[in-house]
Amino acid sequence: MNDESYWFRPPPRSRELPMAPVRDEPPPVEITIDGRALHASPNATILEVCRRIGIDTPTLCYLENLTPVNVCRVCVVEVVGSRTLVPACSRRVEGGMVILTDSPRVRLSRKMVLEFLGSSVDLSTAPQARGYLARYEASPTRYGSPAPPASANERDQREPGHHRAPSGETSETVAQPTKVDNDLYIRDYSKCILCYKCVEACGTDAQNTFAIAVAGRGFDARISTELNVPLPDSACVYCGNCIGVCPTGALMFKSEHDMRKAGTWNEPAQTQTDTICSYCGVGCTLTLHVQDNTIVKVTSPMDVSVTHGHLCIKGRFGFEHVQNRQDEPK
Amino acid sequence: MGGGTNSYSEIENTEVILLWGSNARETHPIFFHHLLKGVHNGAKLYTIDPRRTSSARWADSWLGLDIGSDIALANAVGREIIAAGLHHQEFIEHATTGFEEYARVVESYTLEYAERETGVPANVIREMAYTYATAKTGMICWTLGITEHHNAVDNVLSLINLALLTGKVGRYACGLNPLRGQNNVQGGGDMGALPDRLPGFQHVEVDEYRHKFEAKWGATIPPKRGKNLTQMFEAMATKELRALYVIGENPLQSEADQNHARHLLEDLDFMIVQDIFLTRTAELAHVVLPAAAAWCESEGTVTNSERRVQRVRKAMEPPKGARDDISILFELAKRMGRDWGTPNSEAIWDELRALSPVHAGMSYARLEAAKGLQWPCYDETHPGELFLHSRLWEQPLTGPRVAFNPVEHDPPVERLTPEYPFRLTTGRRLSEYNTGVQTAGYDSPLRRPETLDLAPEDAERLGVREGELVRVSSRRGTVDVAVRVDDCLRPGMTFMTLHFQDDVATNVLTIDATDPKSGTAEFKAAAVRVERL
Repeated sequence: MNDESYWFRPPPRSRELPMAPVRDEPPPVEITIDGRALHASPNATILEVCRRIGIDTPTLCYLENLTPVNVCRVCVVEVVGSRTLVPACSRRVEGGMVILTDSPRVRLSRKMVLEFLGSSVDLSTAPQARGYLARYEASPTRYGSPAPPASANERDQREPGHHRAPSGETSETVAQPTKVDNDLYIRDYSKCILCYKCVEACGTDAQNTFAIAVAGRGFDARISTELNVPLPDSACVYCGNCIGVCPTGALMFKSEHDMRKAGTWNEPAQTQTDTICSYCGVGCTLTLHVQDNTIVKVTSPMDVSVTHGHLCIKGRFGFEHVQNRQDEPK
Repeated sequence: MGGGTNSYSEIENTEVILLWGSNARETHPIFFHHLLKGVHNGAKLYTIDPRRTSSARWADSWLGLDIGSDIALANAVGREIIAAGLHHQEFIEHATTGFEEYARVVESYTLEYAERETGVPANVIREMAYTYATAKTGMICWTLGITEHHNAVDNVLSLINLALLTGKVGRYACGLNPLRGQNNVQGGGDMGALPDRLPGFQHVEVDEYRHKFEAKWGATIPPKRGKNLTQMFEAMATKELRALYVIGENPLQSEADQNHARHLLEDLDFMIVQDIFLTRTAELAHVVLPAAAAWCESEGTVTNSERRVQRVRKAMEPPKGARDDISILFELAKRMGRDWGTPNSEAIWDELRALSPVHAGMSYARLEAAKGLQWPCYDETHPGELFLHSRLWEQPLTGPRVAFNPVEHDPPVERLTPEYPFRLTTGRRLSEYNTGVQTAGYDSPLRRPETLDLAPEDAERLGVREGELVRVSSRRGTVDVAVRVDDCLRPGMTFMTLHFQDDVATNVLTIDATDPKSGTAEFKAAAVRVERL
């Protein structure tokens, strides 16, 4: 048969390449960063320009796949003429801006923020934050030894305005027992720096489930499910996108948590391999973290257009079946 | 060429989304992230689904149609667009054929008729028709709610007709997108795992294509199309087909009318099953070939719903005794007297590139660097196409015109009767997958056992309570299952999943009335009776 219809033959190639409509780019503006004059798009943030020219700006609450919320304040820079320091992650550049990223004022502010975090939060699984502490010579211990941890759920009961002033002899902390209420992931809020990333990922930036938000005020603020119910009673759908964005290990695969507790977590011995999830036709990239031929964690790269780093429950946690199989009997 | 015409990024920038017969919120969650960006950017979302699903909760308008009345609805939308003069005359004249015939066929699908047949209020149908037609951009996406019917292909054609009518295909943020249910449904078809195609959508009955493959392979290819899955089961019934080689599928549990399927499979002379598990189907096999998991224990590619070819990679060793699919096939070939050399996924891919023009530009190196490329990708400098069919807007038109294919409403094969008064439809839940072979392996906090979901009105009428065990019977079989009252269902409709076949064999109830064109069974529409125990 030699039917010419498109049912039998793929249609011919289009003459022009199909393209997205081109958006009008505003003309670049001239700015100065650390004495260096350069041009940048007024759509770019100070952080983006800094990264482009190789200035390593610390960030904790910022992530490429989330809307900036400006809460951690470690990315602040000095804009000459501005009364306050500005967050580099969200402030867009403007023509004539003179920016200082390493002035004494910037260094002092970053150091202070990091000291407060380091004195109140367990950063043992946050190597990036610990690196910043070293870089800015932050010394959290000068606020005294840590106060005893809160009991389970005690911090969750605190009402706004009921916070008692500390004695000043010990440093206040957010320490409390780890919340383990399901088989997939744990919440260790002793390690929470309130960066809001999990709230953003659970909300409009990715999952749109809105299972968590910030409850309480001031030092008593904490991430909470509705009415502080356990996860299985909450709106959570276990996509684990909150784990994916957490910068301190406060949210962690239960498998990782258990292995760390047992002393068997061995990151240098792990391989990371990108592959494609098998659970539907969307084609999400999974990064499989494998130790001793066992998948111990699943993430997704942020720079993949399909996922932007986000997964669903099946992609993130549904891998167990491949390791439930047995070797062929001899 | 068959594939989603758009890229996921386009749905973030479209004005109107018709999500038709799809609960993407649960079945394609990461696609739904892109869709929600579109909604947050101001897109109007219509969900057309018999159930008020978790996807429908995001919709501006939910069109809760009666199961199997999709064509009545689509044709009424088409008629309304034409009646209001909102069809894209210029595009129709430039790039299509058969408009007059289409207009004639849909003429009888008045709003009054559609309201009666579908249960959707006439003003809601009209509003959707006007919004879709007058928007600058709009996309239609669908899943198995369209295709698991006895007239699956006609259902799809009725949606394609709407896009042609309004010129909403071949342009940015305009198009037609089937959301694929498995990670390589698209790729399997692209690679020629269809009864009538060679890789790259080259029809096996076109001599020129067949000769090209024959020359490369040094073998003769049968010049006639083969059988689709349904035809294979029919051929088993007539004893024409006596041996079966099943790779990575569990037809015993996934086929409609399970008792019938079991009988046919048990009656075969010879069955090989190649799978990562000893599935229920494998238990019936004469030979079982233990396979490596394709997605994490072997190398290769898969293709997603936006036509993106992506690499799967070996992250771990399979259990001892299991081999990857390519190695098994190479070994089989060797035992049959053909030595294909050392199995190597890249070498196979390069052979494919030499034979399939739409994949020619996708080297492993480029797939690696670009994190996947979308077909068609004609050469190593081609970036891959963001959306398909832009040729239809070129002046003069490139290639042949496309045809309207008018189709008529044809309700589900199994009518409701006093004996079987309820409509049973089937589907998936967020944390589960198909027959549960894989998802049973992890502890999902969202998991709950199989239920018969009933509308509150029906539960009250039957005098049954949440959790109560009832007997559900169709003309083919009976299962006992607990009731769940679900206010997302309209009276007369019931819902079950296919996830827990070992506990509740839903497919004992489903009907194997199949679409002659695609071979898909009508999983979405059986007639059942519900009795108290």
